[in-house]
Amino acid sequence: MAISTQLKRVDFIFNNENDWEKVLSSSIKKNPQDLINELISSELKGRGGAGFPTGLKWKLAAEANDDAKYIICNADEGEPGTFKDREILSKVPYKVLTAMAICGYIIGAKEGYIYLRGEYRFLLNELLKAIEEFHYYCNEIKFGFKIKVFMGSGAYICGEETALMESMEGKRGEPRNKPPFPTQHGYMYKPTVINNVETLVHTYTIFKYGAKKFYDLGVQYSRGTKLFSVSGDTPKPGIYELELGMSLQDFVYEFGDGDTKAVQVGGASGFLVPRKKFKDAAIGFKGKLTGISLPTGGSMMLFNSSRSMYNVLDNYLEFFREESCGQCTPCRVGCQQLLLGIKAVKRGEKPASYLEKLLRLTETMQLTAKCGLGQSVANSFSSIVENFHEEMIY
Amino acid sequence: MNTLKVIINGFPVEIEKGKTILEAAENLGITIPTLCYHKDLCVAGNCRVCVVEVVGQTRLSAACATPCEEGMEVLTNSLKVRNSRKHIIELLLAEHNADCTKCYRNGNCELQKLSSEYKIMTQDFIELAPLKKYSIDMYSPSIIKDDSKCIRCQRCVRTCAELQGVNALTVAYKGDKMRITTFFEKAMRDVVCTNCGQCVNHCPTGALVEKNYIEEVWEAIANPAKHVVVQTAPAVRVGLGEELGLPPGSRVTGQMVAALKRLGFDSVLDTDFTADLTIMEEGTELLTRLKRLLVDKDDTVKLPMATSCSPGWIKYIEHMYPQYLDNLSTCKSPQQMFGALAKTYYAKARNIDPENIVSVSVMPCTAKKFEAYRPEMHDSGYRDVDYVLTTRELAILIKQAGLDFNKLEPMKYDRLMGDSTGAAVIFGATGGVMEAALRTAYELVTGREVPFKNLNIEPVRGMEGVRETSIKIEKPLKEWSFLDGVELKCAVAHGLVNAKIVMDAVKSGKANYHFIEFMACPGGCLGGGGQPIPTNPEIRKKRAEAIYAEDGAHTIRKSHENPEVQKLYRDFLKHPLSEVSHHLLHTKYTKRERF
Repeated sequence: MAISTQLKRVDFIFNNENDWEKVLSSSIKKNPQDLINELISSELKGRGGAGFPTGLKWKLAAEANDDAKYIICNADEGEPGTFKDREILSKVPYKVLTAMAICGYIIGAKEGYIYLRGEYRFLLNELLKAIEEFHYYCNEIKFGFKIKVFMGSGAYICGEETALMESMEGKRGEPRNKPPFPTQHGYMYKPTVINNVETLVHTYTIFKYGAKKFYDLGVQYSRGTKLFSVSGDTPKPGIYELELGMSLQDFVYEFGDGDTKAVQVGGASGFLVPRKKFKDAAIGFKGKLTGISLPTGGSMMLFNSSRSMYNVLDNYLEFFREESCGQCTPCRVGCQQLLLGIKAVKRGEKPASYLEKLLRLTETMQLTAKCGLGQSVANSFSSIVENFHEEMIY
Repeated sequence: MNTLKVIINGFPVEIEKGKTILEAAENLGITIPTLCYHKDLCVAGNCRVCVVEVVGQTRLSAACATPCEEGMEVLTNSLKVRNSRKHIIELLLAEHNADCTKCYRNGNCELQKLSSEYKIMTQDFIELAPLKKYSIDMYSPSIIKDDSKCIRCQRCVRTCAELQGVNALTVAYKGDKMRITTFFEKAMRDVVCTNCGQCVNHCPTGALVEKNYIEEVWEAIANPAKHVVVQTAPAVRVGLGEELGLPPGSRVTGQMVAALKRLGFDSVLDTDFTADLTIMEEGTELLTRLKRLLVDKDDTVKLPMATSCSPGWIKYIEHMYPQYLDNLSTCKSPQQMFGALAKTYYAKARNIDPENIVSVSVMPCTAKKFEAYRPEMHDSGYRDVDYVLTTRELAILIKQAGLDFNKLEPMKYDRLMGDSTGAAVIFGATGGVMEAALRTAYELVTGREVPFKNLNIEPVRGMEGVRETSIKIEKPLKEWSFLDGVELKCAVAHGLVNAKIVMDAVKSGKANYHFIEFMACPGGCLGGGGQPIPTNPEIRKKRAEAIYAEDGAHTIRKSHENPEVQKLYRDFLKHPLSEVSHHLLHTKYTKRERF
């Protein structure tokens, strides 16, 4: 499937038109069903990493029958190499708040929460001011919707939606069993929509301009734009809004330093793509590295030839060994085994063939871990070991 | 119809809506291995050993946590499942201190069993236990906690929270450092732990075990200068068989007595005897409190009165409701009454120097070890009970001695403190103390038997967490005339989480009970922390049936008719609540902090 588009910069998200009041007041006059249909036809998928169709999520929550419902904005941006949500919340918080309120209107929720990453405490005061102003306007138009901020405490796992809810309920942040899904039993066991910050902002775009404008961008299965957090060996690190579906090759032409050896797509839990596969990899939602890669949270880490991929992997695995919540066996013990395993191979304590055993272990981790994090922690291991086998040993 | 059809390994099965794949497979006779799953507890789905393949899904699903859906096709033993499951067992073994031959749970360990079933013959993964500097918490007189053997299934945490509401054990840290620990990582003896041992009973491995006193007991038996007496609690006789190859619910009283004699105990006696004695003392105490209230109009009298037989419950109330300690009956538990009498009354009657008596008890309980260890339990002038063994430890003794338990000819308890009644036996089941107390108290007051068919007070029986009943006293004997028309309100609670419900009701003033029976463990002593592993609702039900069958088989079924108890009062105590009994049979309690 050669469906890559040219690299195209877009400016929806940070375009601060300051017309959120109009978007809100006009949206809540529309029929909720029409709004959901609009969202479904945009084919927007979750921008937190899992890529679940947003319209379907809202539809399920709207259909759930309960006295209380909630909308949660997941701002626990913890994936290494991702820093887009921070910018959204500091530059265009009103878009997020408006989107939450519209979602509340659609699904029948009167309360929304922003789960703010512990390390983003410095955003809190400004955010609270924005919420105050937002509430003022809601009162003015007699629209009863309240937003509160819940501060996280710094655990990576709390970015996982059900662990986040456990944390909000005052419990230990550990992912729940699914099903039931949050749209059925979420926060306080009530139907809950939980969306990434960026996803909410895209819904704002869709409600403002209509689904077509969004749908026309991107490629099949991956519509619209996406924020990318670009870091590593690049002359221009930063946040860029790009159309989905571009080839990694184009991306590297734009952002690389001329010596890019590999790109880690999607943060520490994403995939590493080596130079020889840049041409075949397009950035979108469908499939794995054969053709298209997953964007996850939109983190793009570039590595040039001065980097040891062993050190890169070692660093990721250290992170996961510590940040696994520790409840399920494959993730808790698996991460420790992967880290100790590559160290042992490097030191010559285990034969090079031990890496094959660890690769088989990563398959089990992907198949059996309890949550999305546990299922993806081994992605970096398998893609780095497969592509840079030699660097692991010598 | 509220059922749906699923296909497991090619075979269709119809199952109630809402049931899990694990339960559906069980209906088909397919066992899916589990570790973190336990029938007493909520589903955790964290060990991942029970993963199965749902056709059409890329990832595997945890059978314990996945509800069946109409038409779902499940494979429980596909290659994908087997390989993954094997990996997970290997991972657990890599984390676990798998020094099985030196483990107390060797032979009855769920991880060991799985490892054997899946023939894990090599350890390719890097062993993690030696890299972590674990220390063993062995300071509690009841429970030993060894984190190196912990597989993080959190069964103990859920047990402590859901069954007991104590929360002494909890999860701390994350990732590789995640482990099960206590408040501020204090030793188990220094936290709210009630020593009930339910965590031990629910632990799949040897991470939580009872502190055993097997060698100490063997040494005492071997010492010719010592006269070793042993008492056996009511619930042991309906549990012991499970450890020795018999099905749950087997009544093995006679064989157990025979085995104890073969082991070399000098006198094999029955805690039932002091259970009956407890009824005499506690029943009189209740009636005295009622008299103070109704006749003396003394409004300082503490009601409801709560039972004090269960040491787990005692420690719980000391921590959680210290303001209600005066509501506890001052009676010692049967074990401690026995201990105090063994080194006084028994020693005198048998003409043995109490110095040379070693008093051993066999209990379904780990909290009894702590109870015997309490500083106040020295009323005989010596440690009243020297060693407490659990039902499991007794089974170990029997196995070590090489006895073929099932071929033993049943024998009877020795005399002097060996007599039992049906009322004493039912102390082993939740509601039993209440039933025994009512049988005696009602008859003492009215001169007539309790108005229930065959003396079976059905409303206090069963496994409902909290049960209530009331019994109206009509036409009492002259000396009890103040009780005429009084409706005695009683409640029964088992499992500390239910104790909390009742205590909170008492605290809020909503409950106007006169008498409440509390048992720390689910099902009462028969589900105690020292009983055979595994435990689950079905097993406890069978043990309860056995207890009530034992009661029914007794010719004497009322505590006050126990001939040896009557003799004890004639020869030694004089009457209930006498000075001697106050000294030997009653105790006081300690206020404790809530952490």
